[in-house]
Amino acid sequence: MQVNIEDGGIRRRSVLFSLGGGAAVVAGLTVIPGLANADEAAVTEAIKGMVGDVPDESGVALDLPEIAENGNTVPLSFTVDAPMGEDLYVKDVMVMADGNPSPDVAVFHFTPMSGVAAGSTRMRLAGTQNVVAVARLSDGTALMGSKQVKVTIGGCGG
Amino acid sequence: MATIRPRVKAPKKAAAGEIIEIKTLINHDMESGQRKDKDGNPIPRQIIHKFTAEFNGTEFFSVDLAPAISANPYLSFNAKVDESGEFTFRWFDDDGSVYEDTKSIEVT
Repeated sequence: MQVNIEDGGIRRRSVLFSLGGGAAVVAGLTVIPGLANADEAAVTEAIKGMVGDVPDESGVALDLPEIAENGNTVPLSFTVDAPMGEDLYVKDVMVMADGNPSPDVAVFHFTPMSGVAAGSTRMRLAGTQNVVAVARLSDGTALMGSKQVKVTIGGCGG
Repeated sequence: MATIRPRVKAPKKAAAGEIIEIKTLINHDMESGQRKDKDGNPIPRQIIHKFTAEFNGTEFFSVDLAPAISANPYLSFNAKVDESGEFTFRWFDDDGSVYEDTKSIEVT
């Protein structure tokens, strides 16, 4: 943030703004430990367990709403940009959500007879979070995609 | 829970080698295990944890479902059909039940 020292008014506003931002951050931190939810680390671990290392974000197109009003049924579609031949095909696609009580959402298993590595379902999201999909090809290549979904009403009912 | 009835929408006819889309839906609460009843006791998890799709006896697609899948789970996926035959779809419940549906397709 740029602070204009010569102009008292702007400076004061800037300081107030930064104080407000700080308060929001503190509030955010105090909320997080209360929820026994998964986090990015759990998702990273799951990805490493599946494909060995976290791949670059490419190759998996995720179709998700930017804002989901109802976290109980969030539509999800994905398409993996990879061939589905007898020699090389997409074997598995693992979908995870990093802010749910457990990061697992679903694992799709494909064969060359699937024609295309695509699928859709509806999932529950406990709150605003990132949805990650990792694809593993038959030769071990890994592809990934992720998208943030803002959730108005959480879908894990308590 | 009402009687569980799987529903599948798949084309009845296709050209050889065509990639068709199959849509499935089954009514099921997908009790996540996260909820509590009004006395505060956790409601045990009961979900459909696996779905499989076979064509002429060969499994070509399956999904492992977690409690994060919504109630009345919907799944859509594709299949490349080279010959006429029958699809068999199965849903596996945590309580051991297996729900099944079949659809036949004519390939020309």
